Amino acid sequence: MAEPLLRLDALRKHYGGLAVTDGVSLDVLPGEIHAVIGPNGAGKTTLIHEITGLVAPDSGRIVFAGQDITRLSIPRRVRAGLARSFQITSVVPGFTALENVALAAQARAGCSFRFLRPAASEAALNEAAVAALAEVGLADRAAIPAGALSHGEKRALELAIALATRPRLLLLDEPLAGAGPEETERLIALLTRLKSAYTILLVEHDMQAVFALADRVSVLVYGRVIATGTVEAIRTNPEVRAAYLGEDEA
Amino acid sequence: MREAWLPLAVLLALGLAPLAGFGGAYETTLMARAMILGMAAVALSFLVGGAGLVSLGHAASIGVGAYAVAILDAHGVTEAALVLPAAVGAATLFALATGAIAVRTTGVHFIMITLAFGQMAFFTASSLAAYGGDDGYTLFSRTEAFGTRLLEDRLAFHYICLGALALSWALSAMLLASRFGRVLRAVRENPQRVEAVGLAPYPFRLVAYGIAGGIGGLAGFLLANATEFVSPATLSWQRSGELLFMVILGGVGRLWGAILGALVFVMLETWLAEQMQHWKLVFGPMLVLAVLFLRGGLAGLVTPRHG
Repeated sequence: MAEPLLRLDALRKHYGGLAVTDGVSLDVLPGEIHAVIGPNGAGKTTLIHEITGLVAPDSGRIVFAGQDITRLSIPRRVRAGLARSFQITSVVPGFTALENVALAAQARAGCSFRFLRPAASEAALNEAAVAALAEVGLADRAAIPAGALSHGEKRALELAIALATRPRLLLLDEPLAGAGPEETERLIALLTRLKSAYTILLVEHDMQAVFALADRVSVLVYGRVIATGTVEAIRTNPEVRAAYLGEDEA
Repeated sequence: MREAWLPLAVLLALGLAPLAGFGGAYETTLMARAMILGMAAVALSFLVGGAGLVSLGHAASIGVGAYAVAILDAHGVTEAALVLPAAVGAATLFALATGAIAVRTTGVHFIMITLAFGQMAFFTASSLAAYGGDDGYTLFSRTEAFGTRLLEDRLAFHYICLGALALSWALSAMLLASRFGRVLRAVRENPQRVEAVGLAPYPFRLVAYGIAGGIGGLAGFLLANATEFVSPATLSWQRSGELLFMVILGGVGRLWGAILGALVFVMLETWLAEQMQHWKLVFGPMLVLAVLFLRGGLAGLVTPRHG
């Protein structure tokens, strides 16, 4: 088995007496889509915050590409190759789609303390941005202010921004949240395309999407991973059905 | 840059004014004041409209620059080659030192912290007994430029102020368009997004705050020379409020709007004060009306925002 790209090792986080992350261990292997599912209140959001760096775990380790990132700041984790999308879309609304992505390309390209040259005229940044936009099918929307894009387009734009940081791992936090049926279909098609090129940790509510996309699934309940396995194994796992799927599919 | 001709037209008008019958002592004094405050307002506009840092302590940087001139004057140092870097440097350092704490906060907290630092500077200046304390300090003479009395010349001083104003505007505009400025503008709208592409907002905000402070110091250097007098009133929070008002009157989000705002503010203030004793009773409501009805400010009147 390949060395995991991301390894969570016995992460714990308590809020008062409540164990929100209760000894979570989890591996994301290179090239796979690993989905984390779980009922509301299972601690998915806290787990994401711990991985991205917003919340520090009480104990345990996060190892990314061989490096212990448990105490790194959010920007440093991103620079190490851990890009994310947000549950609630997060773009710069006043920037065009192109400039949103160019900002990420610029962060990737090194020093942003450059004062003389207009950033908008930097061909290398714009080319990288156009390429990332094309990858998510937004090439013809490059000049539109991000705030004026449709919800589904903003979701795609967020993906393009993440791609422009040249990530080693994409952490997608409910990428389908709030999307209509048509948009969902388009986004799933897009994620399927990205699947071949990127390692993805997917946190998603939409079971159909998870079962269509994921290679492996971890089920989080009350801050614990109760099962990890292939889609088939998870579907038929009686513990999972009892804890989660039973109530959800009814 | 379709809009670039407008600020250039304003600067050109200021350049031609002394040749077109406004070259008297009264007019040039008034214009110098407007241009100097305009310079500080442009820097504040860079902070507010560019970086989203609404400072209520910007007058402190002018004051630090002005007091640098006064203190050096008291010790017999009047050479611009020394005084100017000292004024700009002191104001930049003051901004960096206070900004190191202030730019960690946002919104109302940032306003209150900058106000607090501004007040600290104000009371420090009031307590400088050796340099006039509350009463202020009158310079022995204007700063000398490489041994010459260039700054004493009315026209030369006018064009020096104009040059400094143009420089402040061009510098701020260049910065906002650069990579550095792109990060600032993104931070203003969505700091979370900036972190998520791998950039920490703090150093960018701090450097922006320091640069604005440096431009404020330049304004302070010129203000001290324009009036040949420095007092704690230079760094009062009311002055900071006026600067903020000039930015809003001119139009947040357009740097050159601040120049327009400062010009209109100073002219209106002076004209009204000559018309009546209780001119503030009229000036105040006018400002309120301007804020209410001039969305996008004066700059927005001239060139309505597309879309």
